[in-house]
Amino acid sequence: MATAQFFSLSEAIEEYVRDGASVALEGFTHLIPFAAGHEIIRQRRQDLTLIRMTPDILYDQMIGMGCARKLVFSWGGNPGVGSLHRFRDAIENNWPRPLDIEEHSHAAIANAYEAAAAGLPCAILRGYKGSDLAAVNPNIRTISCPFTSEELACVPALRPDVAVVHAQRADRRGNVLIEGIIGVQKEVVLAASKAIVTVEEIVDKLGDTRADAVILPHWTIAAIVEVPRGAQPSYAQGYYGRDNSFYKAWDSISRERDAFVAWMNEHVLAEKERKRAAAPRNQAERERA
Amino acid sequence: MTPDYSPTEIMTIAASRTLKDGEVCFVGIGLPSAACNLARLTHAPNIVLIYESGTIGCRPEVLPLSIGDGELCETAVTTVSVPELFRYWLQGGRISVGFLGAAQIDRFGNINTTVIGDYRHPKVRLPGGGGAPEISTSCGEVFVVMPQSKRSFVDHIDFVTSLGNGDGQTRESMGIKTKGPTRIITDLCVMEPEVESKEFAVTSIHPGVTRDQIRAHTGWAVRFAAEVLTTEPPSKSELEILRDLNARTASAHGKPAP
Repeated sequence: MATAQFFSLSEAIEEYVRDGASVALEGFTHLIPFAAGHEIIRQRRQDLTLIRMTPDILYDQMIGMGCARKLVFSWGGNPGVGSLHRFRDAIENNWPRPLDIEEHSHAAIANAYEAAAAGLPCAILRGYKGSDLAAVNPNIRTISCPFTSEELACVPALRPDVAVVHAQRADRRGNVLIEGIIGVQKEVVLAASKAIVTVEEIVDKLGDTRADAVILPHWTIAAIVEVPRGAQPSYAQGYYGRDNSFYKAWDSISRERDAFVAWMNEHVLAEKERKRAAAPRNQAERERA
Repeated sequence: MTPDYSPTEIMTIAASRTLKDGEVCFVGIGLPSAACNLARLTHAPNIVLIYESGTIGCRPEVLPLSIGDGELCETAVTTVSVPELFRYWLQGGRISVGFLGAAQIDRFGNINTTVIGDYRHPKVRLPGGGGAPEISTSCGEVFVVMPQSKRSFVDHIDFVTSLGNGDGQTRESMGIKTKGPTRIITDLCVMEPEVESKEFAVTSIHPGVTRDQIRAHTGWAVRFAAEVLTTEPPSKSELEILRDLNARTASAHGKPAP
């Protein structure tokens, strides 16, 4: 039985996210692992296959900074605001580099993670009927039910090399609590070869939970990192709200290439030294405790 | 006389009226969400609102900006995982109405939210399908709400993201048992599919709007039903409730998060 190890954020990304890997940073609007994604950008990871149902601002940033070779997704927008300008620029104009896409529906990706978690080679769903998506994505196929002959859609199981999710809490053994909108986090962690979980806090006991809570046992996780506010500008139920005003502001920050790069330099890349200095201190404190 | 309501307001209100009390509704973000919550706050208090983030039975105080705002989860009867939502609740056939918006729609109610232009070299890359490809075939029926213009109501869509009535007979020939789109509500009118052809025809025109205006905002030779009604103007209380909801929403989203 493997067991979760506690890391600093930079160590966890260095150890598990390698150039060329397939990486799924999940969180359905809620608990999006922004801090971890930013560390991937700071470490200048290249040629990643980025997987995510709803590539929103975080993947816009990662794509715009040139981390991705390929994107597997089902909806790429700034929710309630509009386009993702960096995502569009990559697909429409190959900037900063060409981006291959594998496009699905939400139902298919959710099913594909679940199939991988269940150890199956593919997922079967009643989906894509009459949609042109099947014509542009060779991974969308059909299968005939052996009992009823109904023709159903079939997609391969989705097994990322690394899953990255953010959660409310972990206890000192590394058992993780996720609650609120739980999205596909359990499925993606169990689907992936390795999972990195950033958490708001590490506590003695996970404590009272909501009815929707998911617990991931410590031995399903490779790395745990304490990153308070690690989902901002997304949110963590019970800790802080979604920064909707930032989602609106992102539209103008990201519209032009130069302004985008300047913003990323100031707000993400320049954070490197501060974060590196802070992380070992937290680790040491935990070990003393 | 200038009406005391805007085109967007009558569109939202007309859309809300299409929902019956007790309906189980899969809600898209934006206009559909406004219409569904207005229905809940007016004539349909028992409507069940489901968002694709897994939140079932939401009663948000303000409209969510995203499909997964905390407000939805906090007011929901239950929150389930996204795979469960799509498998048990949508594919399982428990949702009576899907309420969608669209970038482009054709005369048969087929929806494009993927690309303008060629798929591999698009002129405009749109967000994509999200939940809609399955909402459009697994919900009992589908309502679409969107402002009407020649750019969005087009003769030919570049990409069918979500199936409407196909070419008229497609659903039947594919063995799809659900009704598909049965209503399009715009800022000018309401359209419903003709019984035989399944092409959308205008069945109700909003007060003060002319047939020529509708033709000028439609990218195909739009047909009008034999009997065309005039949409009931918004009532005072519908307008008040919608405006209060919008004001609460604007104030909530303008503030930085706590």
